[in-house]
Amino acid sequence: MNWMIFKRMLVAGGKNFTRGGAVSAATVLIMTVTLAIIASLIFLSALLSHTLATISEKVDVSVYFVTTASEASILAVKDQIEKLPQVANVTYTSADAALVAFRARHATDQLTLQALNELGGNPLDASLEVQAKDPSQYESIVSFLEASPALSSGGTSIVDRINYAQNKEVIDRLSLAIRATREIGLAVVILFAIASILIAFATVRLAIYTAKEEISVMRLVGASNLYIQGPFIVTGIITGVISAVVVLLLLGPATWYAGEKTVGWFGGFNVASYYADNFALVFSILMLSGIVLGAVASVLAIHRYLKV
Amino acid sequence: MIYFDKVTKRYGDMMALEGVTISVAPKEFVSIVGHSGAGKTTLLKLLLAEERPTDGSVFFESIDINDLPSSALHHYRRKIGMVFQDFRLIPNKTAYENIAFAMEAAGRSDEEIASDVPHILELVNLSDKALHFPDQLSGGEKQRIAIGRAIINQPDLIVADEPTGNLDPINTYEVVEILKKINELGTTIIITTHNKGVVDAIGKRVITVDRGKVVRDDAGGKYSL
Repeated sequence: MNWMIFKRMLVAGGKNFTRGGAVSAATVLIMTVTLAIIASLIFLSALLSHTLATISEKVDVSVYFVTTASEASILAVKDQIEKLPQVANVTYTSADAALVAFRARHATDQLTLQALNELGGNPLDASLEVQAKDPSQYESIVSFLEASPALSSGGTSIVDRINYAQNKEVIDRLSLAIRATREIGLAVVILFAIASILIAFATVRLAIYTAKEEISVMRLVGASNLYIQGPFIVTGIITGVISAVVVLLLLGPATWYAGEKTVGWFGGFNVASYYADNFALVFSILMLSGIVLGAVASVLAIHRYLKV
Repeated sequence: MIYFDKVTKRYGDMMALEGVTISVAPKEFVSIVGHSGAGKTTLLKLLLAEERPTDGSVFFESIDINDLPSSALHHYRRKIGMVFQDFRLIPNKTAYENIAFAMEAAGRSDEEIASDVPHILELVNLSDKALHFPDQLSGGEKQRIAIGRAIINQPDLIVADEPTGNLDPINTYEVVEILKKINELGTTIIITTHNKGVVDAIGKRVITVDRGKVVRDDAGGKYSL
């Protein structure tokens, strides 16, 4: 295909769009709705990831050490745990820090504070709070801890207890819930994406149906299939690009308005900040979706009218 | 130039054409007449390769049209100019663009288009309507634009299916005169019509089709059914 033909297709596609009037406007409107749904799915997916990550962060396994364990030996264990690939974060809480936190937590509970004072000294253990990258990985981390020689000093274990056993059922349920939510979320995203794409396809198909007489005339005048298809594909792409721009423009004020109002409901997830931080990603997805949808829908819709 | 060799066309159980044999020489002006449903339009569709014959062959300049692959049909159709009863102009293109489209489809350059289209618009006496869209033109004007589009690539053959069917007597006369002039310049023309006045005004060969068969073929004939 030479430049002259390509240029003619571009010009004809542009004229088809501008002269299409109500048909062009209706196609842009439906495509805008489709891309808005796709944009919503991007935000929904991000919100889901944020929520699941927040829940995952709340889960941890605490390893409590005997009061005789030295800080150096506990920190040696910490170093070893941090090297595990499934570990996201390890926090050391000394016995003194645990006592301060306990007192602060029960500042209004005089009975508990009085009992603590009567005990004398510090009855709390030093601990390591281990966070896994994925809740399903706690079991393997705990297995490592139980088998690790670093946890014993002179043949005696320096670990008092690991709270995994009592939390196991909760962690397992949470892991299952997170996995199910991810899978259901993905299914919903795919379902909505397919539904919106089919609606856009049907609209473009309808727009091209109105031009079927025109296409038959083009064939009889001797135009090649490529020369007939070209302008319709260009029109489809223009429709997709304009719809994507409309959605991107609408998302600005919409996320700004919704951002502050919904940040509380969404557990700290701010849609406006997400849009600003990930504008390049959202722009690319919407623009690419618009272009591909417009072009592919046009090719498929026109194909049936090109048969002899 | 054109040869229908024992052509039969069936649509299911319905026989549209039965064993039709016709030959048309270059520069001829042939009128095909017959009642509605006689098979006139089917003849033209076979010639344009819009339909394939059930039996027999259609030859154009010694080429069997049946043998043409789909990918070559657009090249073949560029040799034929088509004029329809319902004009079939492209609605979102201006008069100028409708004529230019046939040249663009044939791969002609922008310079050729800029030079030839105004000349054709002048020939069909519509230079002042170049920027009008089809819905801003009268029936006669639309048909003259359609004729302009049919002749712009200087085809060997013009096929006109009931070209005056939607026109008043004055526009009918104008269209017939334009077609006669084109034929005098050396282009072969085949038209189908119901209009006795048109056939008599042309005064050339008349082929009469009835129930899918050629029943009369008169050189310099008159309209008679």
